[in-house]
Amino acid sequence: MPDARVNVPAEVARGKPFEVRILIRHPMETGYRTDESGKPIPRNVLATFTCRYNGETVLVARLGPGIAANPYLRFFVTARESGQLTFEWVDEAGVRGDERVAVTVV
Amino acid sequence: MLHALAVVVACCAGSVAAQERVLPLSALRSGITFAGADVRAMQSDDIANPGMLWVERGETLWNAPAGATGMSCSSCHGTASGSMRGVATRYPAYDSTAGAMQDLEARIDDCRTHRQQASPLPRESDDLLSLTTYVAHQSRGLPLGVSIDGPARAAFERGRAFFARRHGQMNVACTQCHDQNWGKRLLAEPISQGHGTAFPAYRLEWQALGSLQRRLRACPFAIRADMPPSGASELTDLELYLAWRAQGLPIETPGVRR
Amino acid sequence: MTRDDTRRWRVRRRLLQCGGALVLVPWLPAGAAERDIVDIPAFATFLAGRSPRWERMRLDLPSLADNGQAVPMKIVVEGPFAPGPYVRAIRLFSQRNPVPEMATFEFPVAVERIEVESRVRLAGTQRVVAVATMSDDRLYAAAADVVVTIDACMDGT
Repeated sequence: MPDARVNVPAEVARGKPFEVRILIRHPMETGYRTDESGKPIPRNVLATFTCRYNGETVLVARLGPGIAANPYLRFFVTARESGQLTFEWVDEAGVRGDERVAVTVV
Repeated sequence: MLHALAVVVACCAGSVAAQERVLPLSALRSGITFAGADVRAMQSDDIANPGMLWVERGETLWNAPAGATGMSCSSCHGTASGSMRGVATRYPAYDSTAGAMQDLEARIDDCRTHRQQASPLPRESDDLLSLTTYVAHQSRGLPLGVSIDGPARAAFERGRAFFARRHGQMNVACTQCHDQNWGKRLLAEPISQGHGTAFPAYRLEWQALGSLQRRLRACPFAIRADMPPSGASELTDLELYLAWRAQGLPIETPGVRR
Repeated sequence: MTRDDTRRWRVRRRLLQCGGALVLVPWLPAGAAERDIVDIPAFATFLAGRSPRWERMRLDLPSLADNGQAVPMKIVVEGPFAPGPYVRAIRLFSQRNPVPEMATFEFPVAVERIEVESRVRLAGTQRVVAVATMSDDRLYAAAADVVVTIDACMDGT
């Protein structure tokens, strides 16, 4: 099932920062909610998010329950060579996700 | 559709009163016009809009084989952007085979059980929400235009009566807030006209996407009235009345609301 | 919110649920405010006695949130950076959330444009603080106040 949406510009200028946006499906469960029967829903947040550009890590985001459900991240990366941005994340239950997008540098 | 409706009105003398609108068409405003700047920004950006995650999931489900037939929605309907375009503008609709009014969710489950030989998807389940959102999304930007003719008329009248009737401990009718006091504030929040054209929608309060019926059930809770269960015919009746009341407003699915 | 808005404390109004009591957030003279933010213990722990500079960093949050479950947030650290110190990490702290450490953004590679957006959860009206750690260990910080009201109509679905 797809669980993330990514957007980068179609082409980016070499040496300049370009915008990266990603929206990830995740409840970011705080641990303070209860279900219909009153049972607490265990905490489970998307704890670590990593963005790599042609293999090199350019951003690590460590998120807590203070980040809203279905986390949205917008940040900038400096364009170097054409290639790929890969995104990986893992939540507190150990479930992993990943996504990738091509980067075209002109 | 609107022309046909006008012809029906002209021909049936006794039905003129039925077409009277408490909220005139010229005064219609989508819920998004009552929302704050942040909610509006979130809805208008397809990458930031969390509802789009359900649209994507819906697309996957649309193409996935289901049930004993092993057929997917696309096996019969092809590409949704073609076959489903405009469909949501006509719902809720009367289905003669089922002998009942169906909202989009019920229609999808009808297809699943009778055409795909698959089990129906529970209301508010992720799969049904995803499929409904995906289908309704194909009508984004298109104006609502439901029929209240023939078998739909009785449901329409029931829905209209529900909207005008007082409910619950607070003894409040929908019309009092949403026809008579829209635009005014309840505590810090502006009261919308209560159309539902953006549903299924991502409601910040839910931290998830939910159906129009879920949103409708939240109102009785707020006024301390009994909540009809999900899928109750009263809710479909109300959906029909709301869709007629919002005639001409464009579908916004997936919307973002607070 | 502009940097000047975050610099100055404003009188905020908060409507309580039973229709009418107003609570005024205290007004402090301009310039004194941020330098005295020590009422977030997690932030004080992180500072460990260091003093951040209350400049160069912007923390944008709406002054009145549509809903506390998802409040748009933007952090900007003004460049230029190269060839000098660059931003290594940014931390976000909440004054009133049960978990005050909201997020950490780490930049292993220097980026000329430091601008991060996300959406935060705020458990009620409060202050949020962002602090950037530079590659030379210098700290820059910014704060923002957000009013979060309770839903007028409770949703029990």
